[in-house]
Amino acid sequence: MEALQDPDKTASEQLAAVLRDRLAEEYGTGTEIVALVRLSGGASRETWSFDAVMPDGTRRPLILKRDPMDRQVDKQFEGVPGGRLAVDRWTEGRLLQLAGEAGAPVPTVPFFLAKDRRTTQGFFSHRMEGEALGRRILREDAYAVARPKLAFQVGHAAARFHGIARDLLPPMRGLPAAGELQHYRTIMDSFHQPHAGFEYGFRWLQERLELAGERYTLNHGDFRNGNILVNGDGLCGVLDWESAHLGNPNSDLGWMCVRSWRYGYHDKVVGGFGDVSELLDGYEAGGGGRIDPAEIYFWQVFGTLRWGILCMILGFTHIDGEQRSIEYAAIGRRAAETEYDLLQLLE
Amino acid sequence: MPTDRPTAAELVEAVREFLADDVAPNVEGQLAFHTRVAINALAIVERTMAQGGAMDAAELARLRELLGQDGDLAELNGALSRAIRAGEMDGKRGALLEHLRQTAQDKIALANPRYLTPRG
Repeated sequence: MEALQDPDKTASEQLAAVLRDRLAEEYGTGTEIVALVRLSGGASRETWSFDAVMPDGTRRPLILKRDPMDRQVDKQFEGVPGGRLAVDRWTEGRLLQLAGEAGAPVPTVPFFLAKDRRTTQGFFSHRMEGEALGRRILREDAYAVARPKLAFQVGHAAARFHGIARDLLPPMRGLPAAGELQHYRTIMDSFHQPHAGFEYGFRWLQERLELAGERYTLNHGDFRNGNILVNGDGLCGVLDWESAHLGNPNSDLGWMCVRSWRYGYHDKVVGGFGDVSELLDGYEAGGGGRIDPAEIYFWQVFGTLRWGILCMILGFTHIDGEQRSIEYAAIGRRAAETEYDLLQLLE
Repeated sequence: MPTDRPTAAELVEAVREFLADDVAPNVEGQLAFHTRVAINALAIVERTMAQGGAMDAAELARLRELLGQDGDLAELNGALSRAIRAGEMDGKRGALLEHLRQTAQDKIALANPRYLTPRG
């Protein structure tokens, strides 16, 4: 049988040429690119791992995250100018730098990649050792010591990056709580698929908007088990900042409590590894102040509903043809799980 | 719909078994992952063909009772969504929640029944 052409192989040869030129500017002519592989996960962005070997033999383990080469346009929705709240790759890289300076554990971002005719926009980070797969973090013996610390540590980390002064942040989109609620409702309406369960969630949240809290800061936007890097000692990195925006910081804390990232370990509300009290203790220790658990409950409900709408977005990204994908089609049906979770939360 | 065998449900089952027994063991990486996703999607279709009709009938009966009006499933779900948004269901939250929970549980029973068991 004739071997199938591996699309990633061709892509990786082209990328290797781009990287040799770019890394020569940083580490000197003759810098070699070795062990270049595309990491799985994240259909919406490309993440590549490689080592840069400098002329003197020094090895630098690096990660490149860039926009996909084959799809440049993010999904748009009727009545939602600009589409989803998100940032470009340079802003994402800059936010990692700022979060690191603020004392949150994040990979170091040494330099960026400019868009030209050969590549999309991206940024580089130093590759860290650790586990990012949520299921493994919760299950494997190697993280038995780390797990009990994680809820406190993610709270602490969030307090550090929520505390970044607004005037230091790059230009970003954002919405206060009521606006963000309306943002997701408008996206849901754009699909013209009535959804009574989600309507009830919106109604419930709207009646309790005073629980949202008043603060308005940098939000990570996808702060969950699955986007954190963990080693044997505990949290070592907060990853994937592409959904960052300005908003109510409790949103990040509530998102960490959504059932979908507990991977079955439902007795541990925070990421499947801890309790809300530990999360809030860590947040206070990190300088974020004392947060009322009722606010976290509000944002946990909001997060569950938001994840449902995000599942619908991916489902309709397939249905509407922006990206035909069995994976997106299947995720569209995961909205049923969030609807179930939402209605369980609203006892 | 013809009633000759293999039925539509039996054909879907045959495709799912082909993917699981013949394709999945011979692919790796992204293709293996997408094969598993495809197998799960076909299992949803099979469960829907087996149980969907009874679930639809029960949902329709609940919606008629709750809204006090007639119509098909799509019409009544649209009417219920608009009524919730307008606050018109605020007075019957107990009955509303009971209906919504049953409907969500049925959806999960089709889409991912393992979700209803711990460590699913």
